[in-house]
Amino acid sequence: MELLSLGIKSIFIENMVFAYFLGMCSFLAVSKKVSTAIGLGAAVVFVLSITVPINWLIQEYVLKEGALTWMGAGFAEINLEFLQFIMFIAIIAAMVQLVEMVVEKVSPALYGSLGIFLPLIAVNCSILGGSLFMVQRDYTVAEASVFGFGSGVGFALAIVALAAIREKLKYSNVPNGLKGLGITMLITGLMGIAFKSFIGIAI
Amino acid sequence: MSTETLEKSEVTAKLPTEELFSKRRKRLISDPLNEDNPITIQVLGICSALAVTVKMEPTLIMSIAVVFVIVFSNLIISVMRNVIPSRVRIIVQLAVVATLVTLVSEVLKAYSYEMYKVLGAFVGLIITNCIVMGRLEAFAMGNKPYDSILDGLGSGFGYAWIILAVAFFRELLGSGSVFDFKIFEAVGIMNFPTNGLMVDSIGAFVILGIIIWIQRTKTGYIEH
Repeated sequence: MELLSLGIKSIFIENMVFAYFLGMCSFLAVSKKVSTAIGLGAAVVFVLSITVPINWLIQEYVLKEGALTWMGAGFAEINLEFLQFIMFIAIIAAMVQLVEMVVEKVSPALYGSLGIFLPLIAVNCSILGGSLFMVQRDYTVAEASVFGFGSGVGFALAIVALAAIREKLKYSNVPNGLKGLGITMLITGLMGIAFKSFIGIAI
Repeated sequence: MSTETLEKSEVTAKLPTEELFSKRRKRLISDPLNEDNPITIQVLGICSALAVTVKMEPTLIMSIAVVFVIVFSNLIISVMRNVIPSRVRIIVQLAVVATLVTLVSEVLKAYSYEMYKVLGAFVGLIITNCIVMGRLEAFAMGNKPYDSILDGLGSGFGYAWIILAVAFFRELLGSGSVFDFKIFEAVGIMNFPTNGLMVDSIGAFVILGIIIWIQRTKTGYIEH
């Protein structure tokens, strides 16, 4: 039950985009068409659900102070936390590459639709952000998996919704200076207010 | 290390062919400040730009950190640009940037633990700041070290002034203060009604949207 509650929380209340501004670059750049937005959303869900639990394992059994105790008592003093950023980004880059290769082999159709977005994802802030938040909040492995999946779904939901609004926006008369990024920012703000209404929901 | 110093001295030897601050080089710094601003025109680096702008002080620290990371990663990648195979360049760039960010975060942890706590995960997120990666890809991979430093400075300051402007309005309207100095109480307005939305993420979106509107109207840039 707690896990379900955490899942709901990471999708709606602590939405990656509206509450923490993570993944804004691709959120703004790839939200012009609903079909591409769905592609990127799916890829982010995929990669976040994989990398957060893996980085949890890395943090727990390699990086944390005393995490290397399983190798012998002599390693109990070692604290490798300063390597966190490099390890996490390396894991993410490697996982993205791996996922890309596996998808290409197993399902060429899916690769065709996801293909272009996968390399982009390595530098998507929401992926690294997911891992860093997971460390900051001391999640267990089950919580980390749920959090990763939930955050991904939250991002996908937000980007698809924004893309749908922007498709309609093409037919409206927007002031010159506001065209493109400006009006998108204001719309994101309004969507954020809508997402605020989920605050307080607990299961 | 030795190759780095070698490259550097080589470049200083070549310098007399072009003025230290020629017109082209001045443009490298001045363009990103306004006409080619990384945030408002190129739409890069918005992720971390908004998250830390609730107050002026963390924003200032964040801008200094970003300027440092951009300048030095630009320099390092530019020095190494001829030996990086293009297939693995993303990984190399990420490794350089991640090392510099680790450096920043360790310094912050040692000298200003409070700020380290406030900024939290967002220092680490400089790694995936699109401005840094964007400048490395677009500029440092194809230009000399000195030009790359200037380009880094320009982009860094272009980023810094936008987020400082956002932070100024958010702190002023959201907390009624600037750099934690209660400005409204100082001029005699005791019960200034602070706006909760400004402290919230929504305020950042709206303020940045308006800044973009003003800035693009002034420069006449229209996105299609």
